[in-house]
Amino acid sequence: MTAWPLIDQMNPAGDTLALASIEYDLGKVAEGQQATVKWRGKPVFVRHRTAKEIAEAKAGDTADLKDPQPDSARVKPGKPEWLIVVGVCTHLGCVPNFGTGSYGGWFCPCHGSVYDTSGRIRQGPAPLNLAVPDYSFVSDTRVKIG
Amino acid sequence: MSGPSTYEPKTGFERWLDTRLPIIRMAHDTALDFPTPKNLNYWWTFGGILAVCLVVQIISGVILAMHYVPNADLAFNSVQRIMRDVNYGWMIRYIHANGASMFFLAVYIHIARGMYYGSYKAPREVLWILGCVIYLLMMATGFMGYVLPWGQMSFYGAVVITNLFSAFDGIIPGLGTAITTWLWGGFAVDNATLNRFFSLHYLLPFMIAGVVGLHIWALHVPGNNNPTGVEVRSKEDTVPFHPYYTVKDGFAIGAFMILFAWFVFFAPEALGHADNYVPANPLATPAHIVPEWYFLPFYAILRAIPDKLLGVLAMFGSIGLLFVLPWLDTSKVKSMRYRPTARWFFLIFIAATLGLGWCGGKLPDDVVIAVGRDETGAATGFTVVWLSRILAVYYYAYFLLVLPLLGLTEKTLPLPDGISSPVLSKGGAAVPAGATASPEKKG
Amino acid sequence: MLTLRKAFAGFAAGLTVMTAGAALAATHGEHMRETKFSFEGPLGKFDRGALQRGYKVYAEVCSSCHSMNLVYFRNLAQKGGPFYDEKHPNPNNSPYAKALAAGVMVPDIDQETGDPITRAGTPADHFKAPFPNEAAARASNGGALPPDLSVIAMAREGGAHYIYSLLTGYHEPPKGLRVPTGQHYNPYMAGDLASYWDGPKDKVPAGGLIAMPPQLTPDRVTFDDGVKATPDQMAHDVATFLAWAAEPKAEERKQTGLAVMIYLIIFTGLLYASYRRIWKNVAH
Repeated sequence: MTAWPLIDQMNPAGDTLALASIEYDLGKVAEGQQATVKWRGKPVFVRHRTAKEIAEAKAGDTADLKDPQPDSARVKPGKPEWLIVVGVCTHLGCVPNFGTGSYGGWFCPCHGSVYDTSGRIRQGPAPLNLAVPDYSFVSDTRVKIG
Repeated sequence: MSGPSTYEPKTGFERWLDTRLPIIRMAHDTALDFPTPKNLNYWWTFGGILAVCLVVQIISGVILAMHYVPNADLAFNSVQRIMRDVNYGWMIRYIHANGASMFFLAVYIHIARGMYYGSYKAPREVLWILGCVIYLLMMATGFMGYVLPWGQMSFYGAVVITNLFSAFDGIIPGLGTAITTWLWGGFAVDNATLNRFFSLHYLLPFMIAGVVGLHIWALHVPGNNNPTGVEVRSKEDTVPFHPYYTVKDGFAIGAFMILFAWFVFFAPEALGHADNYVPANPLATPAHIVPEWYFLPFYAILRAIPDKLLGVLAMFGSIGLLFVLPWLDTSKVKSMRYRPTARWFFLIFIAATLGLGWCGGKLPDDVVIAVGRDETGAATGFTVVWLSRILAVYYYAYFLLVLPLLGLTEKTLPLPDGISSPVLSKGGAAVPAGATASPEKKG
Repeated sequence: MLTLRKAFAGFAAGLTVMTAGAALAATHGEHMRETKFSFEGPLGKFDRGALQRGYKVYAEVCSSCHSMNLVYFRNLAQKGGPFYDEKHPNPNNSPYAKALAAGVMVPDIDQETGDPITRAGTPADHFKAPFPNEAAARASNGGALPPDLSVIAMAREGGAHYIYSLLTGYHEPPKGLRVPTGQHYNPYMAGDLASYWDGPKDKVPAGGLIAMPPQLTPDRVTFDDGVKATPDQMAHDVATFLAWAAEPKAEERKQTGLAVMIYLIIFTGLLYASYRRIWKNVAH
């Protein structure tokens, strides 16, 4: 098609694609800590969960969830201590804070949405759980997001 | 009615030019000697007003483009530079921003005139459709223009509307995402999006100008409709466009300019949003994302349907209905002056559209009529989203049920013989008092 | 015909309702405090004294945290500005602009070595930003970013009224409101306090939490014209200054508007008279 170049020029350019995925070194994040990484213009929380957080997350599997999802579906097999979620509240896009919500997870200061230690919505106006981006472990201590 | 040209070149130059490029002949035939019905009322002045609006927007826009920078890091500040440092930049910017609102105000009145007087009916269907194309191009232009200052509303308006296309993932998986990525030029609204919106915002008005040319050409084949809906029969029914309608349109344009100037100089931010003076921030969403007022009715229709894809289709459908209006309305009588039942349905249609606009500016869960209170003390009751649904149903029903059925069943008033019936009273009464014309009545 | 005219009137009324509705939708705080500003209304003008006092409040109180990157020292001496002088119509040469700018040290590059230096300001410089970038601003303010104030009066519903109300509106939080450290209760701030409220669910206080502590203590600034620097006075003056800073051309806009309206009304009147004259003998 001779028209294809005219159409394809609007698809993401080289410099945009370069930022489409990032690699992150997990060694910097100690247990119980969280790093915030910028990915495709959005904040992504990389959280190294404690055993307590993992247990609370699993316990929440059977709760009455607005957006039902087991914790195991939100982490990689064999690596439940790493939770990687897009740090954008699914209500109107504010950035939630960790540690102030009543489910041990995140709290969004804008309209009071509360997420649990798996990033699932438990209370407040947000309709969906915190999004889990496409990611994979390139090694035990390094992830590629996107 | 276009007939043979009456132009006669007077000077040597005119004769020379006429045989090479008959542009003066064209101007004479379309704008000077053009026979126009003599009974046009003020609703007919909005075509001329719209032409002036387009010219104003193009001139002010081209000037702004000399100073505006279409880059996400620089756009907001470049607009402030225009407002503060460019000589008369504040005036040109306010003319352009408020001019867009005035353009839409005029086009809505112009469309309402067409709907009321049956100007879309045969033989003016193509004229009407060209008008719908102009309206669509105006909406695209206005939407992209509002993104350019790169404030919070600019940015999130772009996010919401471009995200609508992801609803097509429901038709073919992956299609919606492919479309939004292509529109954005990336994975979110960002600099690539802004830059292309600027390019297209500059382009589209010239396409509008071209379609306006076709629109006027299509008008001049049958000639103007008029408030009676009865076609021109003879020269007695008409006056030459100049000076009769040049002066009337001139007066109407002057009055329109007074309203325009009041906005530009005394209330330039009245139709805008304070949030758009906050620079765009992808990490902080404003509490209320609201489009410009002229999009509110369609925004209300979009939010009325809980399903994302159906909401998008309902919104685009509500504009698409306009295109097929000539075939939906079965009435043989053009003007609602002689269709008393239709007139009521039309007025309710106008009220419903205004109501939808009101709904579009509110949150869907806001309460219209409070019935009780919940445990937090917040009012509960009949919500905005339900009102939007009722009004959207009426909007669709007006086109798909009322107009098709009414034309077949309504009782119309008798039509006048023509435009030049000896005495045509101001209220549009059908029977000329003391008339000498033959009393044939059209049912 | 009459019904169509009514429809148009209804449409125009509807338009007003629509715009009013859109404007009010975002307000969460209390209704703003009653006050008057000289620059309001179609013939409003900025009070020169208020602008000068307001500038001093900005320079001595606000500028330690808030930048105004779009306002230049030359703007202070341009027509309509706080320090305009007819004897020096070119603000770049105004001794007032030069003196005010010279009192501030701004960052620059040494032209010979390329090293970063600071130097005395000139009218061509914008107001000095207190922090070099957003991250530094947040780090110095507990994670919160003090917004740039160049257009703040247009970026908030209520404009100068909102600024005045906010600055004078701090008071003790009602019993039952848990205010986290680093935050302050302000009834005029937009927000949703339901998650911080322990009292009855239907009595959640209006307002929100703001990271900025109250700033305007009595006599925090000494005004050169002798006006007493009460918190109310300082808030009123800085709100006036910020309204000017957001739109320095506001006075010029209104003056031009008056001339344009008079011209248009006369011209349209003439067109109407021509219209009547031309159509006089046509039955229509």
